[in-house]
Amino acid sequence: MITEAGDSSNRPVRRQSLAVGVATGLYGISFGALAVAAGLTLWQTVALSVLMFTGGSQFAYVGVIGAGGGGPAAVGAATLLGARNGVYGLQLAGALRPRGWRRLVAAHLTIDESTAVSVAQRGRAHQRLGFWLTGSAVFVFWNVMTAAGALLGDRLGDPSRYGLDAMAAAAFLALLWPRLTRREPQVVAVGAAVVAVVCVPVVPAGLPVLVAAVVALAVAAVDRRPTRPEESEPVRHVEDPS
Amino acid sequence: MTAWAWVLVACAAAYVVKLLGYLVPDDLLDHPVVVRVSGLLPVALLAALVAVQTVAGPHGTVVLDARLAGVAVAVVALLVRAPFLVVITLAAAAAAGLRALGWAA
Repeated sequence: MITEAGDSSNRPVRRQSLAVGVATGLYGISFGALAVAAGLTLWQTVALSVLMFTGGSQFAYVGVIGAGGGGPAAVGAATLLGARNGVYGLQLAGALRPRGWRRLVAAHLTIDESTAVSVAQRGRAHQRLGFWLTGSAVFVFWNVMTAAGALLGDRLGDPSRYGLDAMAAAAFLALLWPRLTRREPQVVAVGAAVVAVVCVPVVPAGLPVLVAAVVALAVAAVDRRPTRPEESEPVRHVEDPS
Repeated sequence: MTAWAWVLVACAAAYVVKLLGYLVPDDLLDHPVVVRVSGLLPVALLAALVAVQTVAGPHGTVVLDARLAGVAVAVVALLVRAPFLVVITLAAAAAAGLRALGWAA
């Protein structure tokens, strides 16, 4: 629906999407086990992964419930953590330009991983492919693994034992790497990383990424020259996929 | 309200937040300032995700553990132009290995 399936230039995007989907999805085991331990039923746990579908917020929700907190506190913590998804949506809306029902589905799949793979691509076609494939792959693996974790508890072990947390960090880095060829993106990257780390102890989890986005705003404010064409396609209305 | 009701309220709130960005009109998305910022935003978001995923621990702590070693290995792999799957596999193997040996948390 988005690009020709046989296009060999799609292969790296597909590989990245699937790898990120598997690595992230496996953490669904942790979530499922934790949610049931916190007192949620199997179906409430499954509902959170299917309907909320944003890992950080889900962990926050069951964390508050598990600690004896009430519904409003859990909703507040989860929503605060999900705030960055709104910025992701803003960024992706410009690149994906989804219309009609696709916009509603795209919103649901808007999470760290689908955004990361999409924005790392050059060209609209690959940005779309990366978003939809990664979002779908994470959705499938995350939900299957949530159910597995809820049913089996901790018997499957902590995913970090297999280095999956380091794998996720390395995947984000590998997506970032090709963009670091010029001075400006290097400055933005270092600035954003430093700001994010400084924010970790200060603001609630999930917000450091949002605060770090301000670095992009700051650099844009200092240097108003338009982004060079090779790093960002001119914004234009491309073919409507519907 | 019941536990179920709160679960559904939280899910609805998460979805509304996700949808908000998509409801911004195209005219605004095409504005030069927005285009300029969205050219820089991917780098900022990716770099922040790398940083947080590497050092953020539970309850707002900054933790230096096997993840950092995994990312260091990934940097070396990227410098020698290893493919994506090799980079992330080496990072996972390095972190898992250090943990198995008990050399890092």
